[in-house]
Order: sequence, then structure tokens, then C-alpha cells
Amino acid sequence: MRPVIQVSAVRKTYGSTLAVDEVSFEVNEGEIFGLIGPNGAGKTTTMECIEGLRTPDRGTISVLGLDPFNDVYKLQERIGVQLQQAQLQKRIKVWEAVDLWASLYHKDAIDGERLLEQLGLIDKRNAWFMTLSGGQKQRLFIALALINDPEVVFLDELTTGLDPQARRAIWDLVRGIRERGKTVFLTTHLMEEAERLCDRVAIIEHGRIIDIDTPQSLVNRHCPERTVVLATDDLTAVEHFRTIPQVLAVTCTDSQFTIRGRGDDLVTEVIHCLSENRIRVTDFRTILPNLEDVFLKLTGRPIRD
Amino acid sequence: MLRGLWKLTWIEIKIFLREPLGAFGTIGIPVLVFVVTGRIVGHSLAPASLAASGFISAGLPVLASVLISISAVLSLVTIISIYREGGILKRLRATPLRPQTILTAHVVVKLLLTAATLALMVLAGKRYYPVGIHAPLLGFTMALLISTCSILSIGFLIASIVPTARFAQPIGAVIMYPMIAVSGLFVPVKSLPPTLQSVARVVPLTYTVSLLEGIWRGDAWSAHAGDILALVVVFIVCTALSAKVFRWE
Repeated sequence: MRPVIQVSAVRKTYGSTLAVDEVSFEVNEGEIFGLIGPNGAGKTTTMECIEGLRTPDRGTISVLGLDPFNDVYKLQERIGVQLQQAQLQKRIKVWEAVDLWASLYHKDAIDGERLLEQLGLIDKRNAWFMTLSGGQKQRLFIALALINDPEVVFLDELTTGLDPQARRAIWDLVRGIRERGKTVFLTTHLMEEAERLCDRVAIIEHGRIIDIDTPQSLVNRHCPERTVVLATDDLTAVEHFRTIPQVLAVTCTDSQFTIRGRGDDLVTEVIHCLSENRIRVTDFRTILPNLEDVFLKLTGRPIRD
Repeated sequence: MLRGLWKLTWIEIKIFLREPLGAFGTIGIPVLVFVVTGRIVGHSLAPASLAASGFISAGLPVLASVLISISAVLSLVTIISIYREGGILKRLRATPLRPQTILTAHVVVKLLLTAATLALMVLAGKRYYPVGIHAPLLGFTMALLISTCSILSIGFLIASIVPTARFAQPIGAVIMYPMIAVSGLFVPVKSLPPTLQSVARVVPLTYTVSLLEGIWRGDAWSAHAGDILALVVVFIVCTALSAKVFRWE
């Protein structure tokens, strides 16, 4: 896989505030790459430096082999951008926006009507922008980001402010963009979104990248603990659980046991132990760590303040 | 990027016409006021009356033109700051569209609307005002274009520095309207106190009024080379300054 975005030691300050510091990463062709972190971590600044909308103080950026600062117009022909909290003219019609955007690029734009159809906006083609719902607005911005058939698509906080149903619909659309062979670079502060959508994520906080990998690898590396919660009346069970090598701790309240341990084998071992000792359970569930826990572990604070 | 400019201009015109009071407020009301005033003045004064014809044949067209172009400028300032606050300017900039093109489209829209308003006034006013027969309309249009571009550049400078859309209209008005007072539009500059006269000399609008009144009277262009030079200088300085300080977000 060849990298389509290369960011190296980028630094950006606003006055005395250090927004992005020594940020380096690569995004590969055809993947969905997520820059994740809390609000104010430097996600948007990093993205806008890559899009050519901001100039970094230091460091180098290359997108599709182009320098976003010197080749900004060439670059914008080949990328699609959705900005955080952007608006359009209140009374512009959906089809007019798509038509305008299509006229801005030198290469032939893709069929706007088909795009609206694919994004479920065809019924709204004559509606004013101000009358659209949050989800419809975001779908329109996705349409505008795709109108020039870009090689890389940038999506900044795409689903912020949307209800869960609209959010899921948007996720499907983003996966659809990847299936068309495009590279997607997105930012989000929603860990669930990153986990469900991204092939790889970079965790950023206070303008610095803390770690980069697939969501699963990050979880395995930083939060290898697994937890099994089960309910049984057999009070001797606790002794059996303690013999499992992966188990770190067993706690018991009433007839509910919480077994904490390390590694993927923990759950198998617990099940094995239950059947071997013929322990009758009335409830059994596992708690797996996620990116939310990784973030907490790495930064010492939850992502939502 | 002429294609983008044309499309954007056309869409901005359509959007403007969809605003509540957009077309009526900007084009309809001035024309209406013009016609109503015409009926009153036209009925109460004989056309031959020197006082009436003096004001109507020179003062009124210039007054109307200047007020209309100033209101266009103020609405430009407001629109630019609303677009900036809403992130519309930023979104347009994240395309291959050149920044100049985006701003030019707005200027073209305002110029067209100003032209449409004035054209309608001339048509509607024909019945009531004994003007337009001897007035050099083409020359006056040229002079008005130069003046409006110059005032628009001041508007852009204001649009570049106003902090938020809420302040755009009031700040614009506070800067533009006092200029009218000393510009010679209502009171000739020569009759102003000496202090105000020197203020008038640095106010761009003074040159606008002098140019427009002169051309309307039938003066030669050469008699107003100084006015034109002043307006061109204003245009260049304001455009250069706003290019430096303009904020896209």
C-alpha cells in the first residue's frame, strides 16, 4: 500500500497556544484513517493543514505527492472536503449547490443527480439548505465532497450533533466511499465511531499523537484486561476460578462473580472451567475494553470532559 | 475560473431574490419612494420652477445614486460577514475557486442590483421628472460605476475588519453615513465650516459627489480628473488593505 498522505513533524501555533506539536503519520491508499481525540486536541488544525487551508509553522506535508501550501489549487482538484460546522447559503437549493460545486472543478464532475439519489437526497433536490435536517445537511456536504470524484476525502466531525439513527446511516455512506476505492481521512471525538468505521486510528491529545494502530491492536496493546461477569449459586466456584492462570482477580457480590484477567484466552478458560466443574450459571457476559478505555488509560482522563 | 464566477453570481442573485423583502426592499422601495416623491413634487411645483428643476435636475439623481450605492455596500458588508460567520466563505475556499472569484461574484451581484434599481427609477420617473432628456446618461453611468467600485472597496475594508455579523450593519452605517454629511450631497462643501471642509477633502464620498454632479451637469471628464484619481487611489488602497487583513473565518 502506498501512502497518500505523509505528515512529518508538523507544528502549528495560534499566538502563544500550541495547537499541534510534532505530529507525524501516514495514511495509506484505500483505508479509512481516523484522527481521534477530545475537542481542542488539534484534530481540525491538523486536518486543515493537510487540506491546504492552514499553513503549518514547521514540518512537511505531502498529499498525493503534492505540497498543500504551494500546490493548493492542484490539490483541491483531487480531494474532497467536508468542514466541521460549515454552512451554505440559507436559501440555496440542494441541486444548485451540487451544480455550483460541479462547475468549480476542471475535470468532469460526476453525475450530481445520481449522487443525490445515492445519498438519499433526491426528494430534497429543490429544498432550501435552511430547511434540511442535520443529517440531510451532512449528506449534502458529503455529496459536495464527492462531486469531483476525489482520490482522498476529508471528513471533519461528520456526525457530531446527529441522532444515532442518522449517524448509522452516515457510517454506511462512509464505508461506501471506501468501497469506491477512495481514501478517507476523518476526525471524530466519538470512540464508537472510530471503532466501527476506521481501519486505523491515531490518538491525539494536546496537539500530540499518542499512538497509531488499528483499533483492535490499540485495545490489545493498552488494555489487555478482559472481564467475565457471571451469576451462580455455587459458592465453591471461586476456588476453581482462581486456578485459571490468566485470572488476576475474582470478586463476588451476592451470587455474582466478576473475574478479571489478561489475554484473549480468558473467556475460553472460564467456560472450560465451568463445564469441567459442572458449575451451573444463570448469567454470563463478558466486558471487553474499547477505545474509550484505551484513551482513559493513555491520558488518565475520559475522552468526554 | 469564469465558469465558476458566472455560476456563483447567478446563484447569489437567485438567493438574494428569495430573501424576504430582498427584491422589494432593495429595488422596490427606492423606486416607490422615487415615484411617490415625484408625484408630490411634480404636482405642487410647476416644472418650470427654478428651485424645483434645480434640485430635480442635479441634486436628486445624484442623491438617489449615492444612497443606493451606499445601501448596496452596507448589504455587501453584512452578507460577507454572515457568510464568514457561517463558514460559507471557508467552505467555498476549500475548492479550486480562487478567493478573488468568490468576492468578485458578490461585487458583481451588488453592481447589477444597483444598476437594476437605477434603471427602474429612470423608467418610472420619466413621467414625473423632466430629466434624462439632456442628461448624459451613459457618462453618468460610467461615473457611477467608478464611484460605486470605489465605495464598494471601502465596504470590503469594513467587511474585512468587522468582528461579527451582528456588528456589520451598524459599523458600516457609522462609517458611511457621516461621510454623506460632509460630502457635499446635502450642503455644498464650500458652505461648510473650514474644519469640516478639510474633513471633506479626505472623505472619498466628496469626490464621488463632485464627479457625479459634474458629469450630470454636462462637465467634461477632464474637469474631474482629480475626482477620478482620488477615487482610483481609494479603490487601490482599500483593495490592497483588505487583501491583507481579510479574514475568511
